[in-house]
Amino acid sequence: MEMETDLEDTWIANFLGTKGNEYFCEVDPEFILDRFNLTGLNADVPNIHDAIDVVTGSSDVNMDGLNAEEEQQLDASARHLYCLVHARFILTTRGLYKMMLKYQEGDFGRCPRALCRSHILLPIGLQDVPNISSVKLYCPKCEDIYNPKSSRHANIDGAYFGTSFPGMFFQVYPKLLPRHSEEQFCLKIFGFKIHDHAEHCRWQQKQRDELEKRIADKPTS
Amino acid sequence: MTENEELYLSSSSIEDSWVSQFCEMANHQYFCEVSESFMEDEFNLTGLNSLVPRYKEALELILDLEPEVPVPLPEIPTIEESGELLYGLIHARFIITRPGLQSMAYKYACRDFGTCPRYQCRNTAVLPMGRLDIPGFETVRLYCPCCRDIYVPSNSRFLNIDGAFFGSSFPAFFLETYPKVEQECRRIREQSPPFQLKIFGFNIAEKSRAGPRMKWLRQTPGQDKSQGPQETEAATAIEEEAVVG
Repeated sequence: MEMETDLEDTWIANFLGTKGNEYFCEVDPEFILDRFNLTGLNADVPNIHDAIDVVTGSSDVNMDGLNAEEEQQLDASARHLYCLVHARFILTTRGLYKMMLKYQEGDFGRCPRALCRSHILLPIGLQDVPNISSVKLYCPKCEDIYNPKSSRHANIDGAYFGTSFPGMFFQVYPKLLPRHSEEQFCLKIFGFKIHDHAEHCRWQQKQRDELEKRIADKPTS
Repeated sequence: MTENEELYLSSSSIEDSWVSQFCEMANHQYFCEVSESFMEDEFNLTGLNSLVPRYKEALELILDLEPEVPVPLPEIPTIEESGELLYGLIHARFIITRPGLQSMAYKYACRDFGTCPRYQCRNTAVLPMGRLDIPGFETVRLYCPCCRDIYVPSNSRFLNIDGAFFGSSFPAFFLETYPKVEQECRRIREQSPPFQLKIFGFNIAEKSRAGPRMKWLRQTPGQDKSQGPQETEAATAIEEEAVVG
């Protein structure tokens, strides 16, 4: 039981230090200990009580009586629990703040779109239910989603971040919204426009102008 | 001579050439092999002598010709550099000819240039290009025929390859020559409407400060704006059924 005494070596610190888990932030142990925050998770996490003990490093959990397979199972359910709680935690004020710090460090990577000029990204899930789709990255500059560069990150479940996180993030930190990209790329041959492509670009430009008009005439209330 | 022997001989002679060595390097995966006859034709090289320093030696190097005057040892790196520049610029001209497009099509089919990082493009293969045709300004970009946008290569080893080695017109020529690519991309585009950010399943109002502003970038005339990606998939399934029925 030396592990629990050393703060540097908690289960959470260990999890966050593992390669491939760079997208996750540290969930406060108090948040996990509040049973209200775990409502409904017992359906998704097998053996949830032991998993909670493992994650929070409580001394109640007895790992001695387990064989290797059971130990692995318990560890997997502890990870699953932590990640699902993570999706809830990052929507709270403290969670959003922690993710904001990570975002500004560029921990989630940069937009591959050339005209976004390497804008920083946020993680997003396409589903809030686990085991359906993997995590994607949202670029606030072009408002589109991209696949993570590294296969380690491409295997993370999207539900561990949730569908609402980037939306919530910019509701809380609207000052971090970038100037939207106005540039568009139009393919040319020897510098000459190609009809089909140029027409497409003009059509998109028209959509943009219409959007701007809609936003400009605010109803007076 | 049996066929096998012939194959073996020809492949071993190709391996030795400067061009195949250049193309086999890990960071030169985007390049195809320019045929010798193309490089030997003076007409194809018009104007390159003003862009490439030590042009004559560089050309001799990439054609594997014995130099008339032996190159002094300290100058070899400069000439090697000029050779790469010259090869890149010839490559940009070669890939818009018929045999060049064919070699690039083969590489495209093998996904040698990678796939589009955008989620809704469903791993469409991309094409290398440069936004400028003059060397020394911008590195290579990847053009996705599905979203018609350009991306930075995800692997850092391609970040020092000059875009002018592929040229700004290559993707357009490629798509003109292989219209099937465009047809397939049109189908994907029409099925996947632009991504919409939501909070707990609700759309964010357009007039909100953090509301959607960039939908136009991914819109195409044929798309049904009201449909979400899952619904669209269902819709295509129904369409396919209708076609079968």
